[in-house]
Amino acid sequence: MAERTPRARGRDPLGLKRAMADRLLPGLVAAMALLAALAMAGANAAAAMASRWEGGAAAAMMVQLPRNIAVAPAAARLAGLPGVAEAIALDHDRLAALLRPWLGDASGLPLPGMIELRLTSLGPASLALPAAIEAAIPGAQVEAHGVWVARLSALARSLQALAWLVLALVAGVAAAMVAVATRAGIAARRATIVILHDMGATDGTIARRFAGRIAWLAGLGAVLGAAAAAPLLWLLGGLAAPLLGDTLAMPWLALAALPPAAAGIAWATAHAAVRLWLRSLP
Amino acid sequence: MVRLDNITLRYRPDAKPALDRVDCHLAAGSFTWLMGPSGAGKSSLLKLLQLAMRPSAGQLYVMDRPIHTARRQELPGLRRRIGVVFQDFRLLPHLDVLENVALPLRIAGRGERQLLADATEMLRWVGLGDRLKARPEELSGGEQQRVALARAVVARPALLLADEPTSNLDEAQSRRVVALLQQMHRLGSTVVVATHNQWLAEENPAAILRLEAGRLLEHG
Repeated sequence: MAERTPRARGRDPLGLKRAMADRLLPGLVAAMALLAALAMAGANAAAAMASRWEGGAAAAMMVQLPRNIAVAPAAARLAGLPGVAEAIALDHDRLAALLRPWLGDASGLPLPGMIELRLTSLGPASLALPAAIEAAIPGAQVEAHGVWVARLSALARSLQALAWLVLALVAGVAAAMVAVATRAGIAARRATIVILHDMGATDGTIARRFAGRIAWLAGLGAVLGAAAAAPLLWLLGGLAAPLLGDTLAMPWLALAALPPAAAGIAWATAHAAVRLWLRSLP
Repeated sequence: MVRLDNITLRYRPDAKPALDRVDCHLAAGSFTWLMGPSGAGKSSLLKLLQLAMRPSAGQLYVMDRPIHTARRQELPGLRRRIGVVFQDFRLLPHLDVLENVALPLRIAGRGERQLLADATEMLRWVGLGDRLKARPEELSGGEQQRVALARAVVARPALLLADEPTSNLDEAQSRRVVALLQQMHRLGSTVVVATHNQWLAEENPAAILRLEAGRLLEHG
């Protein structure tokens, strides 16, 4: 190992570069950062799925009218119901086109009047909508596939919450790892810390030296973890594309935020751990 | 500068006191020999004066500040005005001689260029101007003692404490170290030197604090 200049050594009077391993902690933080990136991507994917389901197929209902009801006035009546964004009357030609794959040319068949309702959202109002439709147009039949989609959406939201919980756990484990590494560093440099303390170094000065070193190591590890996560996320985004209707956008901002977040958590944890230990000195 | 009123120090609540109801006063700018056999309480008294411990009972004033009631945050500023030469030198092995001596200045927040210049000057003063880049383990015991002395005085402390600074040295080296301590005294520092070498005190007359079994026997 090359000899460090006196100037460089002077900036490290505690000898932390030697006392605190520069491989183990970055390696562990890299693994944590990788897990955090996957958790964040999972949360984003779950949010995108829930949003797509809520705003896509689920946000529509098909209403079949009784034979004696005119389509256009019924559509106008349904458009005024709470939770309905738009009521689209399906004309005979469109219905025939929809049935053609199953029935062939159905232009001669007597088809019922159909109205497609676009909903504002899949909130509680949408659950009450079938009853409101029945009240507005007695005898109308509602195809409410939005109910089970709402359940799927709730599942996706739960997965999203779970992903955030995993992220919080990863952050907690990373903080615990940093605390252990800090305690090891303190044990390795106990005599030196006491000498500096007796010379008048404040708790803050000593704690900042430790925190700076640990934050650098954690930040470095997070850079490695984020770099390792990028190709994985790209692959997973491709796999999720059929479910989302589009390729999931790469979370570049979240990946870029990982190193400063890891460094920040490490700095705060190490600073607190050192300050706590220093309170045992007079 | 330093006042001890009925000071008792115990390392454990149920232990025999290392210092037992000690009263004394050290005037600013004084030079004092702290004498007594091994285990008399010399190092314990120095630990109190360097603010590495607080008294178990009694009132301690250092630089006219009541240490027995001082808040913890007040002590670092006082410690920076105290230089200590330890019996076992306590040089940092991962730093070279120049950086060891520069350490108190770094802690005090001095500028990089100025602190290196001051540390270099201090090492020249103790006759080690040609060993700036050496590691402590490359030096003899006498040289390490002089590095420790340079580190203790580089920030021009108001109070300079030395714990058996000549215990590992021959007579010639001991005289050289004492001469350096006296030079600091002439520059205005209050100096307290713990020693069990009677001949050093006889060669260099000054006030004497004599301890035995934690009790102060002589103050004059």
